[in-house]
Amino acid sequence: MTAPDSIAIRVQHVSKQFRLGARLNKYPTLREALTSGVARVARRLTSNDSSDERRILHALEDISFDVRTGETLGIIGANGAGKSTLLKVLAQVVEPTAGRVELRGRLGSLLEVGTGFHQELTGRENIFLNGAILGMRRNEILQKFDEIVAFSEVERFIDTPVKFYSSGMYLRLAFAVAAHLEPEILLVDEVLAVGDAAFQQKCMGKMSDVARHGRTILFVSHNMIAMEAMCDRVIWLREGRIVEDGPSRAVVAGYLRSVSTTQSAREWSDPATAPGNEHVRMHAVRVRPEAGKAGDAISVDTAFAIEFEYWRTDANARLVPSLHLFNQQGVTVFNVQPVELSPWRERPDGPTLIRDVCHVPANFLNDGLHRVAFALVEGHETVFWMEEAVAFEVHDNLEIRDSWYGKWEGAVRPHLDWHTETAADGGSWSAHR
Amino acid sequence: MSAEMPVTVIEPSKGWVAIRLGALWRFRELLYFLIWRDVKVRYKQTLLGAAWAILQPLLTMVVFSIFFGKLARMPSDGVPYPLFAYVALVPWTFFANGLTLASNSLVANQTLLRKVYFPRLVIPVSAVAAGLIDFGIAFVVLLGLAARYGVPLTVNMIWLPALVLLALVTALGVGLWFAALNVLYRDIQYVVPFLVQVWLYATPIVYPSSLVPERWRTLYAINPMVGVVEGFRWALLGTGTAPGPMILVSGIAAVVTLIGGMFFFRRMEKTFSDVV
Repeated sequence: MTAPDSIAIRVQHVSKQFRLGARLNKYPTLREALTSGVARVARRLTSNDSSDERRILHALEDISFDVRTGETLGIIGANGAGKSTLLKVLAQVVEPTAGRVELRGRLGSLLEVGTGFHQELTGRENIFLNGAILGMRRNEILQKFDEIVAFSEVERFIDTPVKFYSSGMYLRLAFAVAAHLEPEILLVDEVLAVGDAAFQQKCMGKMSDVARHGRTILFVSHNMIAMEAMCDRVIWLREGRIVEDGPSRAVVAGYLRSVSTTQSAREWSDPATAPGNEHVRMHAVRVRPEAGKAGDAISVDTAFAIEFEYWRTDANARLVPSLHLFNQQGVTVFNVQPVELSPWRERPDGPTLIRDVCHVPANFLNDGLHRVAFALVEGHETVFWMEEAVAFEVHDNLEIRDSWYGKWEGAVRPHLDWHTETAADGGSWSAHR
Repeated sequence: MSAEMPVTVIEPSKGWVAIRLGALWRFRELLYFLIWRDVKVRYKQTLLGAAWAILQPLLTMVVFSIFFGKLARMPSDGVPYPLFAYVALVPWTFFANGLTLASNSLVANQTLLRKVYFPRLVIPVSAVAAGLIDFGIAFVVLLGLAARYGVPLTVNMIWLPALVLLALVTALGVGLWFAALNVLYRDIQYVVPFLVQVWLYATPIVYPSSLVPERWRTLYAINPMVGVVEGFRWALLGTGTAPGPMILVSGIAAVVTLIGGMFFFRRMEKTFSDVV
């Protein structure tokens, strides 16, 4: 057990409920309040059951966890799982319905960068205003002013009203202020969703910096790569409850398994109802890591196999398997057939339940959802075609990222050989000037 | 390392909650910056800028002088009618603008409410306090006008800050009720201008309070602006006798409104970010 004084955040049995009526029908009018008040009284007089119960949204239910000082904790979950509500409770923006939270030290939040920026004010004025809103003292802002401006890279426009800023400049300035807040506990929500690659790198760099200085960070994001890289520990929320709380890699993997809507293994036991025709009936299609079974996670650096099993009903057919692989954008990544056909295929008395396996090497496909279409060809004729044979997700990994956590482009992501040398007759750079 | 680190405890609050003036004090720098923002933005966005602070009461005074002073021959306690009206309009404009801005302040700052923690009271307080700058500008004009009419200044003027505070407390007290209600019911934004209009006639601005029968005056002074306006006229123009009793009644009414408003506001505070 850790000593109690090293706990930065202690969350005990926190619940938060929203009354749905108040949120959906956003601005109730006085008249409605009066009439519904009358209706409520009337209901209370006529019946004694509380029909209000179904209009209550349980955004958080009995959440408990501790965060040690200096720990970077990630929070993941689908939209509406309660991640943002949890951060808002910690930031004291939203009051919990039940439970108790203890925070040790000053808390700063990046729930939305640029909160309180005013369009009419200049960059300089907004730095002071925003700093004050985020809880910085005037002296603190004065001290860090130059640093903030330098970080934001908007020196030239610092005395221009921010309404004339590009969205990129605006964002950089906003983040710069927030990044120079030095709280003991920092809440971060999805800042990475915005900005260009270079800026994202800068933000992540700043966050790692903060983490290195022994500060506690709570980080909410949909970016699982950033999650794994930044966080020691991850909490996975679903419908307001904690599903799993543990080392980031394990929790993220579990989460990804649960959200992949793909079916990486399909089987048909009865040839009579299985997809097929008079030549062939499907028995099974699977995608599995070479060292695992169907359903195990596949990353860009996992070698995996695609298996097709089918009954050959016509013993005389010379069937050749053909596989199309499409990525999420619908691009055909490849269409392959075996280069050498197994000799037994030529024989009419060969086995009737056939398994064809296609081996896909590691470090070849890019990450994302992939679909496989399966065909059997005889001569130049396609005798069987199955459009949605199987689908699977290739997960990203952390290779050569250097704090850039965006999507790697391209249909494939091969490992290719590179070679660097000094070109012999290039001459010196100065000679060409 | 953390022995001296502040520990914050977050728990659901129940029912009527304490006002927590201490929290307000800790956030005084934010209060200062919000006032500064409101003032700055107001003068940046408008074409005439600070001139509005003068024009608003001045033009109203001209209109009142023509219709009530000249045409209706409203009595004005022996003071030239324009001066009589303007003395009242300067604190009144401060009050009316403060009340209106405070009532809309939470809705106008809803992005802040949804994202950052600070005592919510800071917002309506800054909305009212920002009007002090406008008041100061209009007051300088008032002094000029008094000099123009040859009205001598007296030591009674030392009471003016207290009277301004009374106007501020009144604007804030009523503004807090409306600001909190406005979050829940947007009807309030239509109620406030109407209320301000009616309130103008319930206050001795176009007419002297001497028109109100003696025995009704105490009741009349429950409207705190009666005390403010009467006080201003007495302190600057020397009309009538010291309106002490009236100001006392007004003061009590204003403080009761403010305390009630603060408790109501604090009670509603926890629902703001759920609803706004």
